[in-house]
Amino acid sequence: MGMTMTQKILAAHCGEKHVEAGQIILADVDLVLGNDITTPVAINEFKKAGCTGVYDQNKVVFVMDHFTPNKDIKAAEQCKQMRDFAREKGFAHHCFDVGEVGVEHALLPERGMVIPGDLVIGADSHTCTYGALGAFSTGVGSTDMAAAMATGKVWLKVPSAIKFNLTGKLNKHVYGKDVILHILGMIGVDGALYKSMEFAGEGVSALSMSDRLCIANMAIECGAKNGIFPVDEKTLEYVYARTKRTPVVYKADPDAVYERVIDIDLSAVRQTVAFPHLPENARTFDEIPDIPIDQVVIGSCTNGRLEDLIIAADILRGKKVAKGVRCIVIPATQKIYLEAMEMGLLKDFVEAGCAVSTPTCGPCLGGHMGVLAKGERCVATTNRNFVGRMGHPESEVYLASPAVAAASAIAGKIAPAE
Amino acid sequence: MNIKGTVIKYGDNVDTDVIIPARYLNTSDEKELAAHCMEDLDRTFVTRVRPGDIMVAGTNFGCGSSREHAPLAIKTSGIACVVAKSFARIFYRNAINIGLPIIECDTDAIDEGDTLEIDFDKGELHNLTKNTTAKFAPFPPFLQDIIKAGGLLKSIGGGK
Repeated sequence: MGMTMTQKILAAHCGEKHVEAGQIILADVDLVLGNDITTPVAINEFKKAGCTGVYDQNKVVFVMDHFTPNKDIKAAEQCKQMRDFAREKGFAHHCFDVGEVGVEHALLPERGMVIPGDLVIGADSHTCTYGALGAFSTGVGSTDMAAAMATGKVWLKVPSAIKFNLTGKLNKHVYGKDVILHILGMIGVDGALYKSMEFAGEGVSALSMSDRLCIANMAIECGAKNGIFPVDEKTLEYVYARTKRTPVVYKADPDAVYERVIDIDLSAVRQTVAFPHLPENARTFDEIPDIPIDQVVIGSCTNGRLEDLIIAADILRGKKVAKGVRCIVIPATQKIYLEAMEMGLLKDFVEAGCAVSTPTCGPCLGGHMGVLAKGERCVATTNRNFVGRMGHPESEVYLASPAVAAASAIAGKIAPAE
Repeated sequence: MNIKGTVIKYGDNVDTDVIIPARYLNTSDEKELAAHCMEDLDRTFVTRVRPGDIMVAGTNFGCGSSREHAPLAIKTSGIACVVAKSFARIFYRNAINIGLPIIECDTDAIDEGDTLEIDFDKGELHNLTKNTTAKFAPFPPFLQDIIKAGGLLKSIGGGK
């Protein structure tokens, strides 16, 4: 029986020729990641268990991106604990701090720290982003992170898979975000529970790396263990520009078994918005009435890349954010910030009346830099719209692409890009 | 192992943002976390939960963020076990890794305030209020070993 792409990567990381769905394996980890919320818990568990050193100082990465620049004293203490630990264990070079930090899932691919064939775990649910690069990556908790820091291993249940057969090309103003929201609308927030989402078909080649990263990023919103794309010329071009390591390219066997195959015609996907309070509440503009908004956030690990900022700036350039709307733009990394500055995008944003922030996850999880009051509505390019996600439990988050977010900022209501 | 407790019931897709909102994640102190457990879904939870109560929910319990603070807050609040139709995968891992008992089984017939008795060895859930019994599948042996050892880090012998 053939293996899926995910199963092949897992087999290679546990020394088996063949693995099958349901089997529990102990796999070797190429990279362990944690952020400033999950890592302090991992460090506590690591010490409590009497662990002393990390298994490989080049394979553990700390990214302080959630409550940074430190939002309060407690957040500052959490970051200090991480810095001290990284220094003590000899991997300060892998502890990314303010001034070099970026939103973790934008930062690691940008720095070439994940390449095709890798097995990556991170104590952050959106670790699944790296599937866009043909790697197996999945989110875990702090105790898993602690164990992997100590041993370099993680237990995993080999997942079955749903295959998404992509055809056609996206229309103007339609992006990866619309594709994943469309899929969420089809299969729901537990539609891929415990499973892999394997993207395939001739439609893949037309998707930019930015679109693929966005789609894989939100696989977790479908309950999936991972989302993964085949490796093609675009992937290799992206990776070779960032690393000297040699990618290992895995392909699904022709006779791989899938629980289900879903055909997606990319040319039929339209601009999509996920309504409160679940990412599966996907609606297209023929179903959206006039909904006035108070805030727009453009950024996050889902949509804070340079391509996203270009899309938003093209819409905002020469226009004004509607009076009464706060539009917050957050380049996901320092490199993106600099490139956006050199391209004049930051000027476009500021002239349109947007606030431009240093890289942070901040508002996405209601941490800081744009928390919502009772009854306020926000259009965000982020990934979750649960109750209270961006602030008050009676606030509302509408998930959308950078194009819809920018158009909405100008219109003062949820609006399509035109 | 046997436990007996009173049901506190919620619906489908209880996410980790309502279990413990991110605004409280600037600490890993479990008592502080427990003081805000379920706050955005049910403000009465922290005042009415009693040690040994059983949390019951629908599908996809614990979806969203990977924060281990969520099962930690539930465990520290006094909940003895979470019973749901299905769990989000990271929450499932985290619960096992920190030693919060969880059970996957049909929960439609269980109501708020029911008294449940759970026999983990036999894989039976008795609803003493409704006088019914449901079966649930035991964990795979590998996960049972982690649970018996008292959590993941103890099971791997503390690393190097």
